[in-house]
Amino acid sequence: MSQPGLRTRTAVLIVLTVIFNSSGNLCLSIGMKHVSRVQDWSLARLAMLGRITAASGIVWVGVGLLALFFISYLLLLSWADYSYVLPASAAGYAIVPLLGYTFGGERVSPLRWSGVLLISAGVMMVGRTPVRTSTVG
Amino acid sequence: MRTTSFLLLLVLSGTAGDLSITRAMKQVGAVEDFRPSTILRSLLRALQYASMWIGVGLHALAFGSFLALLSWADVSFVVPASALSYAVGVVGAKLFLRETITFSRWAGVLFISFGVVFVVIG
Repeated sequence: MSQPGLRTRTAVLIVLTVIFNSSGNLCLSIGMKHVSRVQDWSLARLAMLGRITAASGIVWVGVGLLALFFISYLLLLSWADYSYVLPASAAGYAIVPLLGYTFGGERVSPLRWSGVLLISAGVMMVGRTPVRTSTVG
Repeated sequence: MRTTSFLLLLVLSGTAGDLSITRAMKQVGAVEDFRPSTILRSLLRALQYASMWIGVGLHALAFGSFLALLSWADVSFVVPASALSYAVGVVGAKLFLRETITFSRWAGVLFISFGVVFVVIG
């Protein structure tokens, strides 16, 4: 496949991994908030919490999204460098505060904004390097 | 001392797990056809490589270390500190996967590592 085609395919899949991972974690976080805090580590108590967790629809949606994340991640690694995919996937750290600010009306501190800028600049720098250089495989 | 040891275990086992899984996927070869049956076949082929199983095992170890760390350390410390994985991952990719790390890629990884720390503690 040509470099531009490879770059586009890689970018699309990286965006999908970021979306699947962020939304999957969000669903798990919402689902687990409904399960009471683990304070008693007895087997009976853990089994009961396991049953409550397994009955939660949002937890299963989260698990499904994280499975999709893992499959997309594996597909990416079948052709792209690990040192390309790993930093590019960090875009999620920048997107979540942006979404929180835009849609959730959250207050974002100047330090967090500078982090978003640094991550965006870093992802752009990595994105301009070749997608695949590895000779292994 | 205990926190440092577990943080190192988390970063090293997580990165080693990723490197092992990457090696397995490179052995499977580039997946260019995205039909579900082809994807499933590629994933089943990946499971035939020992490096895939080693990678999964190392990820389980990393997850265990993460949970253990969270039982006494603050998540606001654990997550930024684990951004060290970006730098360690790039070194590992150079050493074990023979990837070429250009100046741009190094600089990008450095920016991202600091950026993650700022976002999490900000």
